[in-house]
Amino acid sequence: MSTLEIRDLQVAVEDKEILRGVNLTVRAGETHAIMGPNGSGKSTLAYAIAGHPKYTITGGQVLLDGVDLLELGVDERARAGLFLAMQYPVEVPGVSVSNFLRSAVTAVRGEAPKLREFAKDLKAGMDALSIDPAFAQRNLNEGFSGGEKKRHEILQLELLKPKIAVLDETDSGLDVDALRVVSEGINRFRAAGETGVLLITHYTRILRYVKPDFVHVFAGGRIVEEGGPELADKLEAEGYEAYTKASA
Amino acid sequence: MGLETKPLSTLHEKASYDPADFDVPTGREEEWRFTPLSRLKGLHDGSAVASGGGVAVSVEAAPEVVVETVGRDDQRVGKAYVPTDRISAQAYAVFEKATVVTVPREAVASTPTVLTFTGGGGVAYGHTVIKLEAMAEAVVVLDHRGSALYADNVEFVVGDGATLKVVSLQDWADDAVHVSHHHAQLGKDATFRSFVVTLGGDLVRLSPSVSYTAPGGDADLTGLYFVDAGQHLEHRLLVDHSQPNCRSNVVYKGALQGEQAHAVWIGDVIIRVEAEGTDTYELNRNLLLTDGARADSVPNLEILTGEVAGAGHASASGRLDDEHIFYLQARGIPFEEARRLVIRGFFGQLIEKIEVEELRERVMAKVEAELAG
Ligand SMILES: Nc1ncnc2c1ncn2[C@@H]1O[C@H](COP(=O)(O)OP(=O)(O)O)[C@@H](O)[C@H]1O
Ligand SMILES: [Mg+2]
Repeated sequence: MSTLEIRDLQVAVEDKEILRGVNLTVRAGETHAIMGPNGSGKSTLAYAIAGHPKYTITGGQVLLDGVDLLELGVDERARAGLFLAMQYPVEVPGVSVSNFLRSAVTAVRGEAPKLREFAKDLKAGMDALSIDPAFAQRNLNEGFSGGEKKRHEILQLELLKPKIAVLDETDSGLDVDALRVVSEGINRFRAAGETGVLLITHYTRILRYVKPDFVHVFAGGRIVEEGGPELADKLEAEGYEAYTKASA
Repeated sequence: MGLETKPLSTLHEKASYDPADFDVPTGREEEWRFTPLSRLKGLHDGSAVASGGGVAVSVEAAPEVVVETVGRDDQRVGKAYVPTDRISAQAYAVFEKATVVTVPREAVASTPTVLTFTGGGGVAYGHTVIKLEAMAEAVVVLDHRGSALYADNVEFVVGDGATLKVVSLQDWADDAVHVSHHHAQLGKDATFRSFVVTLGGDLVRLSPSVSYTAPGGDADLTGLYFVDAGQHLEHRLLVDHSQPNCRSNVVYKGALQGEQAHAVWIGDVIIRVEAEGTDTYELNRNLLLTDGARADSVPNLEILTGEVAGAGHASASGRLDDEHIFYLQARGIPFEEARRLVIRGFFGQLIEKIEVEELRERVMAKVEAELAG
């Protein structure tokens, strides 16, 4: 049973304080939604946990099963079982999807997968997400549409099987069909094992497909309200105005 | 003043077989300003006299191809190219034997023809002519290795409708100095594919140029270099479009690592008044892997006609992108491997263009070795 514990996390970007003490615990089997307006610091939280070099930790801890992730390198965090589906996946010229995925799976599992098995898993994963098999030969994220990038992030999620997944606006920019396909992928991942999910989103739309156990409202770089799924309905009806005013 | 900007078409006007027609470079001239002259050890001022082990040329030829070693007076030497700078003229003035490779009319060479230039120490001057008669096809490899102070000229004569694919590998020992002109002259509807790989040597200055004698010529010039600490690797390209409806495409990519690693890339393209319907593009990219490395990249495009089909250039030098590395590391891939993947990706699409599989693997292995070391 894995647990991600974020304790009083404070983060700055270029000397600007963004996160002002975030506290949150995600246990395996739980899905937490973080909802908040643009610019409230949601991606900063995701990137800081993953270890992006632009974000400076100015205080707090992030523990995965008791190990402080903030002490580890980016790749070590991933191998420890953390996964971040990015809001804006990066295009990497000249590196093919299949080569990248094989390298990632090898790194995370600690040994190279058998080629035939890997090819089978990859094909099944791509089929399930309605990804054209030709994508395996394409350069990583290069020329992918917004929806293709997000599907590809979820493909990685399903192949790498992390203990804790942070999904940063995986729903944004998706049409209804793509949203359904991607949500099904997340649900397969949730059903497949004892994993925790931190679902970051601006809109309540995805929560109709991926039911959260807890909802946290994020504003001004911290969590300002917490509740169950019903909180999402309230946000749907009333928007973020009350929170943005309060945090300003 | 050597640094003033002159139109390209006047810069490349000078040509002569006689070194005396060129002033000894001082380093202030536009075409010499990037080259560390002291490391040329006298190639540029006539003081380097052929001596010592020289550079041995051995040829492994396709059965359809004729290989000859000829003297200075051979009619086929110096036909396609007249030297355009001091060292080139010096090499032309003093070389003793030239290698002439002829692919007869309509012959299709069934295997690559490999010319191996092995430096045995000392000073040497050379000359090579690769001549494809009309409709002939061949793959030619120029493989440079060993140690030498070497200046030479290579003429590629590509006849009407002929196709020549050349790989030139500069894989010299650490102390070698090599200054070379590679000139390709393309006949009607001729196709020329050049792949230059420069890895070894203290100083390599290679000047590939292309001219067209009739419409329909098509030239692709691809280059790859990996510059280590202290190395100076310079590539100076000139494509002179003087005929209508010809095409050229130049793509050179290099990676640099270590103190005083220096890459120079000059890409000159001239589209003359007569050259209507020209289609040309040139690109240079440099990847600076460490501090202390320097890349100078200067694309120049001079268009003298109003009727081009396409003309463009791009040049960019930069570091490894942190966002690329972050993305790969965020999937568990360790930093060193992430870096290798990105660099391999940077070169990968180029290396795939090398025609000869053996060579493709050798170049890949070399690049891997550079990355590991
Ligand atoms: N890389 C960055 N450079 C500069 N400012 C940043 C960077 N990332 C985030 N910020 C700033 O931090 C704040 C929070 O941004 P972000 O975490 O992206 O919010 P959200 O994901 O909730 O929209 C914004 O004011 C944004 O301008
Ligand atoms: Mg965001």
